Amino acid sequence: MDDLTLSERLRQRGVSRRGFMKFCAATASMMALPPLMIPKIAAALEKARRPSVIWLSFQECTGCTESLTRSHAPTIEGLIFDHISLDYHHTLQAAAGDGAEHAREAAMKENWGKYILVVDGSIPLGEGGNYSAIAGISNLHMLKEVAEGAAAIVSVGTCAAFGGLPMAKPNPTGAVAVSDIIKDKPIVNVPGCPPIPTVITGVLAHFLTFGRLPELDHLHRPKVFFGQSIHDRCYRRPFYERGQFAETFDDEGARKGWCLFKLGCKGPTTYNACATAKWNQGTSWPVEAGHGCIGCSEPRFWDAGGFYQALSVPHTKVGETVLTAGAAGLAIGAAAAVLNRKRKAGAVENRETITVKDLSKES
Amino acid sequence: MDANELLAWARGPGFDIALIIFVAGMLLRLLEVISLGKKPDLSAPRGSGVEGGLRTLLARSLPRKAVFDREPLRIINGYVLHLGFFIVLFMYGPHIALFQSILGFGWPALPSGVIDAVGAITILSLVAALVFRLNNKVMRFLSTGGDYVAWAVTLLPVLTGYLAYNHLLLPYTTMLAVHLLSVELLMVVAPFSKLTHMFSFAMARWHQGYKAGQRGVES
Repeated sequence: MDDLTLSERLRQRGVSRRGFMKFCAATASMMALPPLMIPKIAAALEKARRPSVIWLSFQECTGCTESLTRSHAPTIEGLIFDHISLDYHHTLQAAAGDGAEHAREAAMKENWGKYILVVDGSIPLGEGGNYSAIAGISNLHMLKEVAEGAAAIVSVGTCAAFGGLPMAKPNPTGAVAVSDIIKDKPIVNVPGCPPIPTVITGVLAHFLTFGRLPELDHLHRPKVFFGQSIHDRCYRRPFYERGQFAETFDDEGARKGWCLFKLGCKGPTTYNACATAKWNQGTSWPVEAGHGCIGCSEPRFWDAGGFYQALSVPHTKVGETVLTAGAAGLAIGAAAAVLNRKRKAGAVENRETITVKDLSKES
Repeated sequence: MDANELLAWARGPGFDIALIIFVAGMLLRLLEVISLGKKPDLSAPRGSGVEGGLRTLLARSLPRKAVFDREPLRIINGYVLHLGFFIVLFMYGPHIALFQSILGFGWPALPSGVIDAVGAITILSLVAALVFRLNNKVMRFLSTGGDYVAWAVTLLPVLTGYLAYNHLLLPYTTMLAVHLLSVELLMVVAPFSKLTHMFSFAMARWHQGYKAGQRGVES
C-alpha cells in the first residue's frame, strides 16, 4: 500500500491543478456548500491519506458495484475512488478464498476503529441467518463483526439501506436493512437501485474533507442529495402544473415531453438527486428518457403497487371491488326493503280504528 | 409504519374498505328510500309529471329570491363551496387519473395553479359556512352532531390536499397518505350522513317536481 496523498496521486495521473480545483468546486456545489469552502475542500483532499474501506456484499445483485465501477472512469471521481484503500470487495479484489478473508481481517486489525464499512445488499435473518454466507460466515455474523471496528457505515443501495428487493413480500429470507441490525454506529444510507455514483463519491469526499459524515435526513440519507423530491426538481414539472400529461408512452403528449404522472411516475414521493445529477456522465436520467420514476430509492418501493399506476390511483382491483360492493349493497338494500315493507304491512294490519265514539267525552 | 407504508395502505386495502362501504352503503340507503314506494295517485293528472320533475331538478339549483334577499352571502357561499369542491375534485390531473382508472375514460385537466387557488377558496368557503351556521341562532338550534361531522369530513380532504400540494406541515409523502385517508373517511361517512344528498338530491327533486307537475302546481 503506497502512502501518497490524493494531490500527489492526481499529479501522477496527469491531472492538472486546475482540473483538481474544478472537481473541488463541483463537489462543493453538489453538496450545496458555499464557494468559500472550495479551497478548504482542496486543502483537505490534498492532505488526505487513504482511508481503509471494507466493502461487504450481501443479498444483492452487484448492480451497485456495477453502477460505481462504470461511473465516469477515468474522471477525478474515479480517481477519488482509486484513492481510497479498498481492502476488501469480493467482486473487485484479486485475492480469492482464504486469502480474501485474510485481507479483510488484516485490514480490520490494522485500521480498527478507523475504517469505513460499505455494505450493499440486505441481510437475511431467516433460518438463523443461513440463507446467505461468505466463506462459511453468515452475512449477519460478518456484518456484526466488521461493524464493530468501523468508524462509520455507508449502506449503498436500497437493499442495504431499506431491505430492498430481497425484503419484498413475502420476504422469504427474512431480509432486513443494515440499520435494523447495527444500532451503535453512524450509518449513512445511500439508497437507489442502483444509487447515483456521484452521490457515493460525494459522501466519501465529504468524509475525506471534513472527517465526518454529511448531514442526514430522517431516513439517514445525506440531505444534500436526498433533500428534494424528483418531482420538485423535474424539468417536466411545468407540464404537470399546466395539467398536460402523457397518457401512453407513444402518444402526442409523450412525444412532446409532457408529465409522466399518469403513466405511474413516482417522482412526487421519491427523494433523490437523479433530476439534477443525472446518469451516465450527466447524459440523461429515466424521466428524460421518457419513463416515469419508479421510486427505487424509497423504502418499500417494490411493494407500493405497479410501476405504471399513477400515484393517485389505488393499486388494487377497483373495478371488481365496485362490482362486489354494488352487489352487496343491492342485496342488503333489498333485504332492508323487504323488512321495511313487512313492518309497514304489520303496522297497517294492527292499526286500531278509532271511531267517533272513542273520541267522545262520555266514553 | 413509515410514510411509504401508510401511503401503500391508503392506496390499497384502505381504499378498498372505504370503496366497499361507500358503494354498498349508498346503494343500501337509496334502495331503502326508493322501496318505500308511494301511494297510487288516483286523480287525473292536471299537468306533466316528467316536465315538473325535470324543471324542479334544475330550478332547485337556483336561489329563491325571498331566501336570497334575506341571506345573500350564505347562498353565494353555498355555490362557492359546491362549485369549488367539484372543480378541485374533477378537474385536477391526479384526480382525473383516478376516475380514468375506474371509468375507463378521462378528460382534460385544469392547471394545478388554478386548482390550488380554487382549493384555497373552497377551504375559506367551508370555514365561512361554519361561521354562518354558528352565527345564526335558528341554524345553530337545528344543527345536530351529524351536521358538524359532515362539515369536518368535507373540509379534511380539501385541506390536506392543499397542504400536500404546497408541501406544508408534514413531509409530502405523509401528507399525501393523510389526504387519501381523509378522502376514505369521507367515503365511509357519506352514506350514513346528510352527505347522501350527493346522490339523493336528484331523487328528492324529481319526486317533488313530478308530484307538483301532476297536480299542475309550481314547485
